[in-house]
Amino acid sequence: MELIQQLINGVSLGSIYALIALGYTMVYGIVKLINFAHGDVFMVGSFVGFYSITVLDLSFVPALLISMTVCALFGVLIERIAYKPLRNATRIAALITAIGVSLLIEYGFIYVRGAQPEAYPNDVLPADKFNIFGVSINSQSVLIFGVAVVLMIILQIIVHRTKIGKAMRAVSFDADAAKLMGINVDNTISATFAIGSALAGAAGVIFGIYYIKIEPLMGVLPGLKAFVAAVLGGIGIIPGAMVGGLLLGVIEALVSAAGYSLWRDAVAFVVLILILIFLPQGLFGKNKKEKV
Amino acid sequence: MKKKKLASAFLSLTLAAGVLAGCSGSGSSDKSSGDGDTIKIGVNLELSGGVASYGQSIAEGLELATAEINKEGIDGKKIKLIKVDNKSEASEATSGAIKLTSQDQVAAIVGAATSTNSIAQVQIAQDNKVPVISPSGTSPEITFSKDKLNDYIFRTSFIDPFQGTVAANFATKEIKAKSAAIYIDSSSDYSKGLAAAFKEQFEKNGGKIVAEEAYIAKDTDFRSTLTRLKSAKPDFIFLPGYYEEAGLIVKQARETGLDVPFMGGDGWDSPKLVEIAGAKALNNTFITNHYSSGDPDEKIQNFVSAFKAKYKDKSPDAFNALGYDTGYFLADAIKRAGSADSEKIKEALEKTADLELVTGTFTLDEKHNPIKSATILEFKEGKQVFNTKINP
Repeated sequence: MELIQQLINGVSLGSIYALIALGYTMVYGIVKLINFAHGDVFMVGSFVGFYSITVLDLSFVPALLISMTVCALFGVLIERIAYKPLRNATRIAALITAIGVSLLIEYGFIYVRGAQPEAYPNDVLPADKFNIFGVSINSQSVLIFGVAVVLMIILQIIVHRTKIGKAMRAVSFDADAAKLMGINVDNTISATFAIGSALAGAAGVIFGIYYIKIEPLMGVLPGLKAFVAAVLGGIGIIPGAMVGGLLLGVIEALVSAAGYSLWRDAVAFVVLILILIFLPQGLFGKNKKEKV
Repeated sequence: MKKKKLASAFLSLTLAAGVLAGCSGSGSSDKSSGDGDTIKIGVNLELSGGVASYGQSIAEGLELATAEINKEGIDGKKIKLIKVDNKSEASEATSGAIKLTSQDQVAAIVGAATSTNSIAQVQIAQDNKVPVISPSGTSPEITFSKDKLNDYIFRTSFIDPFQGTVAANFATKEIKAKSAAIYIDSSSDYSKGLAAAFKEQFEKNGGKIVAEEAYIAKDTDFRSTLTRLKSAKPDFIFLPGYYEEAGLIVKQARETGLDVPFMGGDGWDSPKLVEIAGAKALNNTFITNHYSSGDPDEKIQNFVSAFKAKYKDKSPDAFNALGYDTGYFLADAIKRAGSADSEKIKEALEKTADLELVTGTFTLDEKHNPIKSATILEFKEGKQVFNTKINP
């Protein structure tokens, strides 16, 4: 029974990782850039949701939509200002810029509003407890898992059934060839950032409702964990990010359940190192040979 | 740039002055600590910077006490407070202490609010033979470090391990807990100190510690560990952390179905705790604290109404009370010493016994820590309610 309870704990945590990991993986898939500022977009989303609920007095769904919209615009803005001018620069230049953008958002935010934490109101979503065979399930964790799954399905539909999704897949395959075929590469990349950031914003609101406490540096660790999740599933592969996120959440829960709660973060990064050594393409990745 | 240069020039000047004063101080026998009818008391507090709210609260309490004492005066003399702002930094606390002892030649110093900034003044006070009273520094190291008593240093608050002992006695006697779990913040010495004292006393009382778990500050997900704690079936959980994590842990514990009483220390004392945990989850949780404004004791209620009259109806918190008590603690010693001489004040402070103050009845032990009662508060629908007072 305790094990099932722990699996449920892990899946709730993993759903949030998965939503953030999707943004990482999409951006990497298209521009081969690890967007380290993604965790901070998650933080901004969380605060936008907080202010929507407390200041504008909105309920869960409108707050979620506002947060996703603001984050989508924010993501596009970051891409246009910081990454686009570096599109043909070296990979390392883009990577360092990403770290710089991340720090700028974190400390810029602290400069504007201070570092003190904020607490989400407790009554945004009902938190009823169900007891099924001695396992207590919080209605919030069911809802969080539900929202995460729905958003991932919508994402899959966008990528595989729409024109912009087709463009995204084409650009990720070969940007130059896509350009020759008349695809607007810049707009496609912006769309990718918008969708990925919107998912991070949704994860931010969900995180706030489930974990209550939010603060300007809250994006750092979940951002890194989501990166691990993306690599675990195979970076660039959308279903991989989902599975990687859920798996990482469950691994963390089981490590705590075994009594090693202080090792939880360390284990997540050990997983990253092991994956990079033994399975660099990730669980869902195909081992592609580079053409010479 | 120019500003920086000026500041460093000033700092080196004050430092030089401090060294010179230290040399001459041992030569001349009469250090005047005030002229005729005033007694100069230095105040070295965190009036700005990271923990300014602590320093300002202490200053408010101390000013109220000084105003009350000065109505009659001590043997016709009035207390004059000379304040320096240590900006919540240890180096500023040191230079502040140098200024107060050498330039202002104060009889005693009150400050600082935190343990680190209090420790920063120890050497200056010892060298210049000026007593220092830390109103709220709870680390045992302030008065007693490296197996040696810092004989000019005193404190008004109780020390960290004491809260753990009180909590253990409360768990055994009031809650009637037979088994307990401990959940600590492994990145905080404060948390570890309380937990060690709790464990020792709880086992001495015949209780059994059934689980010990740890987290790190800034963690947000505690559900897995709480599920593990739940299966250990403790009667009571001791959680000596700070309010951010304590709030989250209590909330998540209640969601996990862990409904046993939780208890923490003064680290829980913040309005944010209630916002984070929610009023309902906090029911059946307790904290040890320095004092409660809801204590029916007459002395405390007089203080509360005097404080409200002076500070626009603001209810005094624990730091206000500690600042207030520090004023009376010092005044009592000066009265018994019959002089404003630093050496005599120090001797009188050491002999303090059964002094009735707002945060308890004081008797000083050989390590210069007050032996006094601790107050237990219970959270009821998000409000701190006075529960009981536990004597050591």
